[in-house]
Amino acid sequence: MTKLLIGNLNEVDIKGSRKLRVGDTEIALFRLSSGEVLAVENKCPHKGGLLSEGMVCGSKVHCPLHDWRIELHTGEVQAPDTGHVTTYEVEVDHATGSLYLTI
Amino acid sequence: MTVKRKKLIVVGNGMAGVRAIEHLLKLAPEAYEITIFGTEPYPNYNRIMLSSVLAGGASLDEIVINDLEWYRSFNITLYTGHTVTSINTAARTVNTDKGVTAAYDELILATGSNPFMLPIPGTEKEGVIAFRDIKDTQIMQDVSQKYRKALVIGGGLLGLEAARGLLHLGMDVSVVHIHEYIMERQLDEAASRMLRGELEAQGMKFLLKKQSEAILGKKRVKGLLFADGEMAETDLIVMAVGIKPNVELARSSGIEVNRGIVVNDYMETSLPGIYAVGECAEHRGIAYGLVAPLYEQGAVLAKRLAGAPTEGYAGSVTSTKLKVSGVDVFSAGQYNEQPGTKALRFQDETEGIYKKLVIQDDKLIGAVLFGDTNDGAQLFSMIKKGENIKGREKELLLGLEAGALASPKGNRLEGMPGDEIICGCNGVTKGTIAEAITAGGCTSVGQIKACTKASASCGGCKPLVEGLLQLYAGEAAVTVKEGICGCTTLGRDEIVAEIKRMKLTTVKEVMHVLSWSNEEGCPKCRPSLNYYLGMLWPEEYVDENESRYTNERYHANIQKDGTYSVVPRIYGGVTSPAELIKIAEVAVKYDVPLVKFTGGQRLDLLGVKKEDLPKMWEELDMPSGHAYGKTLRTVKTCVGSTFCRFGTQDALGMGIRLEKAFERLNAPGKVKLAVSGCPRNCAEATIKDFGVVAIDGGWELHVGGNGGVHVRATDLLCVVKTDDEVLEWASAFLQYYREQAGWNERTAQWIERVGLDSIKQALESPEERAALVERIQKTLSLTTDPWKQIVNTPELRKNFEAISLPETV
Repeated sequence: MTKLLIGNLNEVDIKGSRKLRVGDTEIALFRLSSGEVLAVENKCPHKGGLLSEGMVCGSKVHCPLHDWRIELHTGEVQAPDTGHVTTYEVEVDHATGSLYLTI
Repeated sequence: MTVKRKKLIVVGNGMAGVRAIEHLLKLAPEAYEITIFGTEPYPNYNRIMLSSVLAGGASLDEIVINDLEWYRSFNITLYTGHTVTSINTAARTVNTDKGVTAAYDELILATGSNPFMLPIPGTEKEGVIAFRDIKDTQIMQDVSQKYRKALVIGGGLLGLEAARGLLHLGMDVSVVHIHEYIMERQLDEAASRMLRGELEAQGMKFLLKKQSEAILGKKRVKGLLFADGEMAETDLIVMAVGIKPNVELARSSGIEVNRGIVVNDYMETSLPGIYAVGECAEHRGIAYGLVAPLYEQGAVLAKRLAGAPTEGYAGSVTSTKLKVSGVDVFSAGQYNEQPGTKALRFQDETEGIYKKLVIQDDKLIGAVLFGDTNDGAQLFSMIKKGENIKGREKELLLGLEAGALASPKGNRLEGMPGDEIICGCNGVTKGTIAEAITAGGCTSVGQIKACTKASASCGGCKPLVEGLLQLYAGEAAVTVKEGICGCTTLGRDEIVAEIKRMKLTTVKEVMHVLSWSNEEGCPKCRPSLNYYLGMLWPEEYVDENESRYTNERYHANIQKDGTYSVVPRIYGGVTSPAELIKIAEVAVKYDVPLVKFTGGQRLDLLGVKKEDLPKMWEELDMPSGHAYGKTLRTVKTCVGSTFCRFGTQDALGMGIRLEKAFERLNAPGKVKLAVSGCPRNCAEATIKDFGVVAIDGGWELHVGGNGGVHVRATDLLCVVKTDDEVLEWASAFLQYYREQAGWNERTAQWIERVGLDSIKQALESPEERAALVERIQKTLSLTTDPWKQIVNTPELRKNFEAISLPETV
């Protein structure tokens, strides 16, 4: 388990996403309207679509390739489709806006 | 200074009283401080729909007419679960069983009816109920879980609907009826026998000519004993033999009462300031038990209370429709022959159709329809109007031909007075529907339903509503209505109308105000709302990038491997060696794996990494070709008169002019144009959204073509002489499309839906075209090239790159 400083809150738009690479893994970072910042592996279990490019609705992201819906808190693919995406813990230091990712 | 509002109390929270209040609020919203008392623990619901609830066609929530929020929004004080037990007419106060006392200036009695229980021994036993309210409906549902046999006493409308509901709940149901044939008050014998046959086929049993004598059983009902000595076993008895007006409160308060509370034509009782309306009222000797009269009475009463002129209530001709699935029965007026009447009958036992018209002095006075009730609403309207039908009798009997409503013969609807009730279930007048169409912009039955409630209950008046739609909306009438996505039940037109009406300005606000079921919408509604708002408020609205698809957010087409492609704008497909060299150099520098010509005559650089996009755009220094958006894609051209032997006009010049005019235009769907320099049409303009074909001395303008999934050839819009006219018509057409079509609806689908003629009509007048041109120019003047904007705005540009390299803490 490693904790990484990955950037600042103001670098991620609300209802937007940024991606980063850690080793061989590409991770998508999302900032919800609720203010939460969540991270999942940037790869839809269906056809490998980049989730970072999808539309964020509430706490779910819709994959841009075939509209699969993934709940960002849990990484669960929403019915009628099935599957799971790895999630990563993100901490926000609200004093400085620093974002930390645990991997 | 504020005028003190008068206090208005309504005793009864049912359909009649609340309907009168709804009407009053429209006429004089500020006049009264309103309090409503209701015995049942519910807001106002549609009692007629209980049969549907029982039969599984509707849920309890669906039959609520006005929810609690409605009462709150009009500051109406509602006491549910309160029964008014006495009126002090001297002090002008009412008292409830729960000890509430309230003062009134005006008082409406809308106490409805009580089911009539046969005066036989045993009615107090468990398992003996009526079929009147939500509670009865719930008991039937509960009993059906535990028991099997049910008896319904009464083979009238209500009894049959209750029996059908119990059948649906899986019970073994017999209908006990005192007469020889069922529904004898609405049907003649022939129709009644056919009806019985249908119901028997559905599993209903009948015990006819049976007089009930006593209900057997200890605590709970076990059986029913008849006067002829026979006995039927049962676990449930539903009494549906009739209703009697609920007049006790009026009687004990010294108000004149016969069978019902006696009222005059203005719904006034014998005491000043006290009115009665609905099933509890008796007008000219009749207490009505059907819904349409209640609404007519409510409308008169509302006008009276609002101080608006009214001719008063003159009684109702009633019609009946049996709401039993799979069986269509309708009757209206006086359907049994009397001396002086003539009848026409049509009976077809192979199709199960029976019709009878009763005529007196060349007027239709009654009708019975079985098996095919489509003409019911129309015939009913003729009965009410008392129009002369001489020479048309057979036509009416054998069915009005389709489209009769819109034909001169259908001028009946036109001649109908505005205050005539079209929808009996919800008391909607012709005038209200006409206004919803003409002023409210409704173009479908669904919208009229949403706007006025007409045809929202039993649907029997749908043909009339459709007829009115034809009459007032004509070509604009459409027949579809479904929510734009799973987050809402509202259709495109309703949403756009509401955005305009309430001046909603953001996607979030629209979702909130129009009660979206998903707080942040979905990829279907978000982009559409974003489009509609931008279309409606081009100057104020800030486009929501996060509500656009990936392609439009990053201004490039996402490919299957997550890379993107770059298509620079090349006006009219005319490039130059210098430009080609520049494109080639950029492609080499960024190691572009594939360079290809597109179907729309442009160059496509494929397989580009997202982080390279802004850099490539910067070096290309060309506008975006918008190959990814619901916007103008390309204008395809042929060589035209510039080089071609056959060219009659400058297709290249026209193509470039059009592409420069409309680039960056947001539209409901992608928009493709083409210009051909002669009728050989080498640019294939007749499968484009807007196609221009040169002829000697002018241009043909074609619209609504599509070469994609469903190939559709264009329709000819018109022929014009000058280049400026081409621009004018193209502008007007595209703007009209922008304003009228649904998001993601291409011009081809849109034209199929609304019809070419409606579009021609809309663009007919030069003034109208000028207004459309002005609007599109305003919109276009506010656009900027997205590639340049991203290149020069770090805040946007950051999203194309990975977030800074992580460091371990």
